[in-house]
Amino acid sequence: ETQALQYEKQALGQQVLTPESKVISHNNFYEFGTAKSDPFNNSQGFKVEPWQLKVSGEVENPITLNYDDLTSMFTLEERIYRLRCVEAWSMVIPWVGFQLSSLIAKAKPLSTAQYVAFETLEDPKQMPGQANRRLGGGISYPYVEGLRIDEASNPLTLMAVGLYGKTLPPQNGAPIRLVVPWKYGFKSIKSIVGIKLLKTQPPTTWNRLAANEYGFYANVNPEVDHPRWSQASERRITTGGLLARNRIETQMFNGYGDEVAHLYKGLDLRKNY
Amino acid sequence: MPISLNQHTMMIKIAIHFLCLVLLVNQYWLALNDDLGADPVEAILHFTGIGAFNLLILSLSISPLVRIFKFTSFIHYRRLLGLYCFLYVLAHLLSFLAFEVQFDWQLFLNEIIERPYMTFGMIAFVILLLLTITSIDKIKRQMRKSWQKLHHWVYLVIVLASIHFYMSVKSDITEPLVYALISLILLSFRWKKLFKYFR
Repeated sequence: ETQALQYEKQALGQQVLTPESKVISHNNFYEFGTAKSDPFNNSQGFKVEPWQLKVSGEVENPITLNYDDLTSMFTLEERIYRLRCVEAWSMVIPWVGFQLSSLIAKAKPLSTAQYVAFETLEDPKQMPGQANRRLGGGISYPYVEGLRIDEASNPLTLMAVGLYGKTLPPQNGAPIRLVVPWKYGFKSIKSIVGIKLLKTQPPTTWNRLAANEYGFYANVNPEVDHPRWSQASERRITTGGLLARNRIETQMFNGYGDEVAHLYKGLDLRKNY
Repeated sequence: MPISLNQHTMMIKIAIHFLCLVLLVNQYWLALNDDLGADPVEAILHFTGIGAFNLLILSLSISPLVRIFKFTSFIHYRRLLGLYCFLYVLAHLLSFLAFEVQFDWQLFLNEIIERPYMTFGMIAFVILLLLTITSIDKIKRQMRKSWQKLHHWVYLVIVLASIHFYMSVKSDITEPLVYALISLILLSFRWKKLFKYFR
């Protein structure tokens, strides 16, 4: 059961939102199965309360957030972001959450903190994909992701606790997930229990599985193809059925270049895909 | 009054027509009305791809069933299953062109040339197209012995289809492996023939 949240609204502007029914029924969350409809179908009994999110590592002030803290420790705001999946489909989603930078600041990072590592809950009893290798798509669990500290501190980087004005449904990463809108969707790790600040670059799940297909950075980049398909364009999931003309050009950094391009100055994005 | 063997065969043929067409039309109808999940394009591509593979397996099961297990009447359904396999493959390819890349011909051609699994799929399509055209009785008669030779290429099609499926998935390879295993079993019934080719 999702609940209504208190938050500051954002103006929609020119963007057309992906309908809520599609946002909550079509995504990848291999912990609940590999088909796009599996997360919705297999996660409805998922328990998010009690929950603990630990922030630790190279920090002066390690903190643990309990379930209620997730929605009450920071002022929540709406962020309408484009989500570009590495599989070349995309959505426009009204998230509700707070900036990861606020949470990091609260933990007081040491000057040695260069990277941020994230970890999803590991609970095979609740997550059938973790209990069964076939259902879980053969990836290793728990799911882990990572960012450079400057990427994590960018104002766009969001810790989402809701979408469409309500708490996150389990299939979308309840009770708290990362949203990094200029990177492919798999970077935006779900159902997070651990955030660790580190001196060195952490391993990431998809990179471990297929390093030639999924890099650490995973910035949306129309010029660097996935080995098995072009990334130059994408299909935007909205309404209209089979005949919807929904193929659009993919934008560098998913259209967030003004905010994030400076992070990658001097970096060869072909090598660091 | 007992039904004759001919009537029996006819009824099964009608059932095959009915199943293959109703399932296909139903999927497209749902997809057109946005009633096939969040991404009807993906759903249609999966349905037609898996459907074509299933029909290919069925049509290649016929001759072992006739030869080894003596279900002699099954031979009447082989061509029909093969033709429906082609129809599903055609729907698969046209749906990719019309709904996935949405008539971006440049992208369409690039993908087929640059992505090995797409290239394999396209080769399989071309072979099936030739098999379909030459399944017309008149052409078949004119081709005499070369008809059989040409139609042996279907063994290559099932190998290509297995690779196409295997390479198209992201990480869970169970389903493609099951299909590849079934394909190998079907090919194993023809091992003498295949052995002769490669000697």
